[in-house]
Amino acid sequence: MALKKIDDLSDFQVDTLRELGNIGSGNAATSLSGLVGSEVMINIPKVRILDFEEAVNFLGGPERVIAGLLIRMDGDIKGMILYAFGEDFSQEIVGQFFGKEIGSLLELDEMDQSALSEIGNIMAGSYVGALSAMTGLTIHITPPCLCIDMAGAVLSVPAIEFAKAGDKVLMIDDSFGLGGVTVKSNMILIPELESLEILFNRLGVV
Amino acid sequence: MAEIITVGISDLNIARSPDILATYALGSCVGIALKDVKTGIGGLAHIMLPWSKEANTATAINPKRYADTGIRSLLALMKQNGASTAITAKIAGGAQMFQTTFHSFNIGQRNVDAVKTVLGELRIPIQAEDTGANYGRTVFFHVDTGVLEVKTASKTAKVL
Repeated sequence: MALKKIDDLSDFQVDTLRELGNIGSGNAATSLSGLVGSEVMINIPKVRILDFEEAVNFLGGPERVIAGLLIRMDGDIKGMILYAFGEDFSQEIVGQFFGKEIGSLLELDEMDQSALSEIGNIMAGSYVGALSAMTGLTIHITPPCLCIDMAGAVLSVPAIEFAKAGDKVLMIDDSFGLGGVTVKSNMILIPELESLEILFNRLGVV
Repeated sequence: MAEIITVGISDLNIARSPDILATYALGSCVGIALKDVKTGIGGLAHIMLPWSKEANTATAINPKRYADTGIRSLLALMKQNGASTAITAKIAGGAQMFQTTFHSFNIGQRNVDAVKTVLGELRIPIQAEDTGANYGRTVFFHVDTGVLEVKTASKTAKVL
């Protein structure tokens, strides 16, 4: 049956996405570890299918300031990725990367912002790389575009894009442990429905 | 005591003095505040997309999601509750959150354009607007005074 909406995914299909999320997160933790030069522990990621308002509340509510990196996927799989994180992630990761104290998200200078974009690029690349390696599908990603603002406003961009396919987004919720601190980030995937079908067909999941 | 009535995304509501209608974190979406100067009824809609005819028909259409159907639904609700035809509008939102050309269409600007077209068709004058640019906005519509208060994460609040 052709997929019409993201809510039509079967439990088995959701489990498959969850497993892909696990592998992607493992890759991302390895990349992160290389970036900050210390050990990174990863907890088992949670894959959630949420509607827009639930996703915004999950990120701390509509007015909570977050950083979002928007990346477009092209090739066999088309769609968008929004890599979202809060102040804790930016302070720990960019702080360790540059070896300096990082202020609030709204006070980041150009260097910090460009480091965040690069980190997002590497993280998204790790997920997409895992997906590509497991399926043999070709997926290109564009350089990320950073936006630091209220969560509701940042998420409105993929939500609008997604309004065509329903109200739900796929959210992979990661928490990484580094140097005794736990930081969280969220990979929000918005594949085109045709691309999800290609993905499931390739994996033999119907 | 004034009560704050929250309007979610792709939603709308009406209120009377002294209540306040609020919608949080408008990004590319547009908030449309309507006020009937005669009866004091106020309404607020939070639309996501410009035109309902562009919707994918595979999913049921939520009329509150689009500028054309959303504004008309809000106006109908106000009229059902006794509003006159002496209605004015203030609008906010329609930002381009990500400075990139890759999402092919600047949906924020298209939303603002659609809202203005629809208000024009309905002969509702726009008294004030704070639209475009690249930041999110939270709005509070004070139904008693007709003031639209616009707050952002990093800038001073504006009063329209």
